[in-house]
This record gives sequence, structure tokens and C-alpha cells, in this order.
Amino acid sequence: MTRWIRQVGWRHLVAVVMLVFAMVPIVFVFSAALNPLGTLSSSTLVPTGASLGNFGNLLGGTAFGDWFLNSVVIAATASAASVFLSALAAYAFSRRRFRGRRVGLLSLLLIQMFPQFLAIVAIFLMFSVITDYWPPLGFNTWWGLILLYLGGALGVNTWLMKGFFDTVPRELDESATIDGAGHAQVFFRILLPLVAPILAVTGLLAFIGTINEFLIANVFLTDTGAKTLSVGLWGLVAGERDANFGMFCAGTLLTAIPTVLVFQLLQRYITDGLTAGAVKG
Amino acid sequence: MQLDGPVTARQARPAEDARRPNPFIKIVLLGLTVALAIWAAFPLIENEAWIGLAILAATTAGLLHLYLTPRHVPAKYLVPGTILLIAFQVFPVLYTASTAFTNFGDGHRGSKAEAVVAIQTASVTQVPGSTQYALTVATTGDPATGPLVFLITDPATRQVRAGDAAGLRDISATVNSAGRVTAADGYTVLTTGQASLRSKEITALAVPTGGGAIRSSGLSRAYEGKAGRLYDESCDCVRDTTTGRTWTADEGLGSFVAEDGDRLAQGWKVTVGLSNFTRVLTEPAISGPFLRTLVWNLAFALASTGGTFVLGLLCAIALHSPRVRGRILYRVLLILPYAMPSFAMLLVWRDMFNTDFGLINNLFGTDVDWFGGATSARFAVILVQLWLGYPYMFLVATGALQAIPGELSEASRIDGAGAWAAFRKITLPLLMVALTPLLISSFAFNFNNFNAIYLTTEGAPFPADNPANGATDLLITYTYRLAFGGAGAQYGFAAAISIFIFVIVAVVSAISFRRTRRQEEVYS
Repeated sequence: MTRWIRQVGWRHLVAVVMLVFAMVPIVFVFSAALNPLGTLSSSTLVPTGASLGNFGNLLGGTAFGDWFLNSVVIAATASAASVFLSALAAYAFSRRRFRGRRVGLLSLLLIQMFPQFLAIVAIFLMFSVITDYWPPLGFNTWWGLILLYLGGALGVNTWLMKGFFDTVPRELDESATIDGAGHAQVFFRILLPLVAPILAVTGLLAFIGTINEFLIANVFLTDTGAKTLSVGLWGLVAGERDANFGMFCAGTLLTAIPTVLVFQLLQRYITDGLTAGAVKG
Repeated sequence: MQLDGPVTARQARPAEDARRPNPFIKIVLLGLTVALAIWAAFPLIENEAWIGLAILAATTAGLLHLYLTPRHVPAKYLVPGTILLIAFQVFPVLYTASTAFTNFGDGHRGSKAEAVVAIQTASVTQVPGSTQYALTVATTGDPATGPLVFLITDPATRQVRAGDAAGLRDISATVNSAGRVTAADGYTVLTTGQASLRSKEITALAVPTGGGAIRSSGLSRAYEGKAGRLYDESCDCVRDTTTGRTWTADEGLGSFVAEDGDRLAQGWKVTVGLSNFTRVLTEPAISGPFLRTLVWNLAFALASTGGTFVLGLLCAIALHSPRVRGRILYRVLLILPYAMPSFAMLLVWRDMFNTDFGLINNLFGTDVDWFGGATSARFAVILVQLWLGYPYMFLVATGALQAIPGELSEASRIDGAGAWAAFRKITLPLLMVALTPLLISSFAFNFNNFNAIYLTTEGAPFPADNPANGATDLLITYTYRLAFGGAGAQYGFAAAISIFIFVIVAVVSAISFRRTRRQEEVYS
């Protein structure tokens, strides 16, 4: 028995303790979302009653449907496009030798270390002009925000992908080149399928990052119908912190759905690629 | 990654007919680019923005050249992302960095001429004999948020003019018997209800005219008042017409300054050189909090990164044994926090720490004001970061553990090492090689983890003597408050601090990257 505790038992103990830590906030969000009163002060860890009233209020009383659609469209488009742009650049950095290659790679990292949000004043001034000239790309539009997010497409992700591209043997592209394939065919038909794991991982990280992005979206989206989930849900609890808490928790649970689906979709590639890693907070 | 090279190459060999790249896709894409450029050109021509047009034309021509010649292959792959990077990151960052050398901020936004107009219009008062107008409040945008415009009807001629902060211009409009406008092209007339909701903005709006300004009195009347303060070019100063006091322009400060040192609130933007940077280092009211914040900022980043790593690794090791029953279920549940939207969970955690009806005080039956004391608030924000961050480390460490061959630790067991020694001497060093780059980027991320503070404590608790810098403030939230906070925005100063942040993060990352490289040489 003592041997079992030393070899297996402690593992269960660690897992159970961590499980409690992990689940308490999530269970709390669940029961607050089901709480018929819907206020923070009446929310408890164990549900005191079950009602879908919060979900009803959220879907009927706010523009939650719009926010959800905006978030999913923006996050899906921006992350897919940014993975593609990043893969293009990673291919050039990994397979081609050209002047300024090292400088280019280093400056990609350096630019990311500048606290981006301070550039928000500049971005605001810039998009004020863009809104005047080209309204379809201006404030409160999908395309404007997607373009803005794509400005950050080249960055840490490009480094991760470049590292992964480097692990694919060069002999593969060389033999294809001898067979008469151009550089575009080597990229699209040979390399892209082979680096699928890292595409999936960076895609997931980009998706989570975009759907959670708050600061820029908060400045950029002011029309109620144009908001994303983070901006819209923030608005729910910014003023009426106590009263809207149940609705907010219901929204939080619904917001997790797209992330979980993307995770499921990309899961079979993930373990391979995650050790190449990035961050979340 | 182990690949069977030749076989894959044969499978992937292009078919005969696809040997030459398909020109059709390329033509369509380039055609779309040109079409987009032409669409974008019209507003530029209309607004006579010739520089913008030149940049657009040069970019389009460059793109066509690049993709129609067989040369410059790397550029073909780098340009799409780089254009977006330059437009939406490099340009805003450089613009921001350049403001670090100016006094840009509230009261120092525009040129000197604009400052003079603003001072004169702000000092307007109603004097006997002021002309009275019928006023209609309108907007060019949405009634609730759009920019306000005064539609002013001249009592004698019934001519309607539209005025905002830029001045007056004649327009054509339909006027009722009382002189108020009922409809005007291009403007939305606000109803009384809509107007009264924005009465503060209406009171604040002054339309500059020759000798003074037009201001509202109530929602339906306006008067043209005389400026109480006038700019005098001969002495380059502003003179108060009633008291005779003068404020002389100081080009170095970008303000009008009186002899006793009193400054007018409205100034203009000037270059101030390095004074924003020296202010951070020398002014005790700023350098004191700056250093304290820096120390806490480093501690926060280290504790968040190290703590999540230790927790994640612990879970990964605990579940890294086929003898643990139900480990698939454990794994799924332990990763769940990662799937929850982090911005929302930060707000939920904030409410769980609420003193009066927060879950944590309820569960433990305590009555702690978590965000009230410096120590408990710091503990709380780090705890929240641990919850948010450990699933990622858990995932990564699980992957890395699975990649380490089991024979290694078995061999060490046979050589007589205990489980702990085997872990410390064999497994951990190997793990660190794979994970150190991640830890560095995680550190850089947490160092600037704005949401972690802004959405929870908002920097609280604040000391009584300094409401601008709280105990849990990171440099980035402190900077945000300086740049956008209630006490008047100081963009120039905030930009200077952000350059400091940039240098600190870059140096720490560079040093750690160097150390990693050395480490890899040792273990590989």
C-alpha cells in the first residue's frame, strides 16, 4: 500500500488538488449562468436553482447574436489569413538565402516587444482618415479590424513556423525542383502539407488571441451591432456589475464554444506542434 | 520529425500538366490588386491627397513588377505580410515613438494658431448688445454620438449658417416661423430629447467668429459674445481685456506663461527634446514610483511565468504514467481553463475576490478586502495568472515529456539513481532545452500583461499621496493611465515610458536567448 502511494497515489493527489483549483471558477460561472436571479451577490458555487433566463435575456435583450457572429468571422478570417501570410514569410526565411535575412528575422521579434497598445493614438488618427476615404475599411467594419490584426501576422508565429520548416529535409524540395517544380509548387504542394501541425497550432493560438483581444477592438468598434464578444460583454458588466452578472456568465460560456470547436478541429495536430509553443494570458 | 524522404517526394511530384505554374490564378490575383488600387484611388483624387496617391501608385506598380518577373523570389513571399506590417504596426509605432520627443497630449494637440483660436473662443462672454440668434442643434452623424453642429438663423436676413469648432459657413435650409431650422441637406436635426441628453457638449461648443464666438444659451437660442482674452501679435502674448493681465508665448514649453509662472491650459505641440526621458529619471515624484513599479513588474512576470511552469510541469509529471487510471479525463478537465475566454475569466476572478459578495470570502467565511491591501492584491493577481496560464504549460510539458525517450531514466535507475535524482539530472535538463524559449516569450508577454491588471485590480490599491500609481500597477498599466487617464492625457510622456519598457524587455529577452544558445550547446 505504501508503495502504491509512493508510485501512483501521489499522482492522483496532485491531479485532484489541481482539478479543484481548475474547476472552481468554471463551476462558479456555470452556476451563475443558471442562477435565476442573475446577480453577483446571489451567485454561489453550487447552483441554487436552474433557469435558462440569463441565456434568454442575453440573446433577446442584447445584441449578443451580432457580437458572436462578428467575433467568429473576425477571429476566423484574421487567424486563417495571418497563418497563411506567416507561412509565406517563414518559407522565404527558411529556404531562401538573401540579403537582410537575419536582420529581417530579428526586427520581427523586436517590433513585437514594443507595447503595441500605445500606438492606439496613431491607429485611431490613421483610421479616422481611412473611415473618411474608404468607409468599407473604416471604424466599425469587419474588414478594417481584420486588416489591423493582420498587421501583426508576421511575428513570433513566423519564428515558430520557420523553426518547423527547418526540420523538413531540404532534399525534398531539391528533388522536386529537379523534377521541374517551381518555387510556388514546392511551397504549396510539398511543404505546406508537411508543416500542417505548426499551421494548426499557430492557427489555434491566433484564434484564441484574436477572440480575446479587447483593447484595440474597444477603440475600434463603437456601434453596438459592430462589437465583438469581448467589447460587448465588457459593456455588460462595466456599468451594472452586480445586476448583469448572470448574463455575463452565460455569455462567457457561449464564448468558449467556438474556441473549444476550433480546438477539437485542430486537436490531432496539436501535440506535435505545441512544444514549438507561444503564450496566453 | 522523421520523414521517409524519397517516397514523400515521389508522391508529391507534380503531375505532368501542372509542371508550369498555372498562370490563371496569378492573373486573377493581380487583376484584383489593380482593381482594388483603382477603387482606392478615387477618394484620394477627390480629396487631392497627392502624396497618398503617389504611395498607392508606387506600391501597385511595385507589386505588378515583383510578381511578373521571375526574379526576387524571397520578396514574393515576404511582401504581402510586410506591407501590412509596415502599414499597421511599424508606422503607428514609429509615430508613437516620435511623440516621445514632444509635449503631445491634452492641451498640446495642435498648432499655435489653433491654440490662440481656442483660447479666444473659450473666453467668450455675453455682453450687452450681443447679437441673438435662433439655434437648432444638428449633427452630421448619429444623433447620439455624431459630431455636433449649430445651425444658426440670422434674425434679420433669415440666412442659415452651420457652425462647429472650425467656423461658420452658409447653407440652405428650411426655416419655420420662429426662425428654427426644420430640415437641412446633409444634417440631422436633433429632437429636444436628443439634444438635452447631450446638453453638456452643447454648452461646451463655441463657434469661432471674427471678434469672439457664438455660444448656446439653452437649447434653442445662441448669442455672439466678445472674447475676454485676445491674442496680440506685437508682444506675442494673450491679454485679458478686463484685467489687463498678459501671458507670453513660450516656444520651448508650447504654452502661454504669465510672469508669475501661471500657464494657460490651452497650449500647442512643440518638440521638447529629451526632457520626457529625463523627467522619468530625475523627477522624484515619477522616478520613485517608476522604480517601485519596475521591481514589482519584474516580480510579477517572474512569478507568473515560473509559477505556471511549475504547476504545469507538476501536472504533466503526475499524469505521465500509464498506471494512473482516468488520466484522459484528468487531462481534458485540467486543460479546460485554457478554452475559457481569458478576458471574461479575468472579470469573473475580479468578482470572486469581491469583499462583500465575492465567492472566495463566502467559501472561506472570511471578510478580506482582497484588492484593498498591497500584499493581498498582489497575491490575488498572481493567483489569477496561475489559473489562466498553467494549462498551456501543462500541454507543452506533456508534449516535451513524451518526446524524451524512456530508456534514459531507466538507464539511470539501473545505475542506482533514485526517482528524484533521475528527474533532476536527466529529465529536467532535457525539458529545459525544449522549453526555455517558451519561458522567455512567456516572460516577455507577462511583463506587458495589460489585461491581467486592467481587468482585475486596475492597479489598486493606490497610496493616498499618489493616485496615478497603484501597488499592482505594471509599467504598462501605469503608462496607460498617463496616456489616457482622467488627469489629462500625456501622450508624449507615455511614449517615453513605453520606450523604456521596450528597452527593458528587449534586453532581458536578448540575454536569455544568448544563455539558451549556450545551454543547448552543453546538452545536445
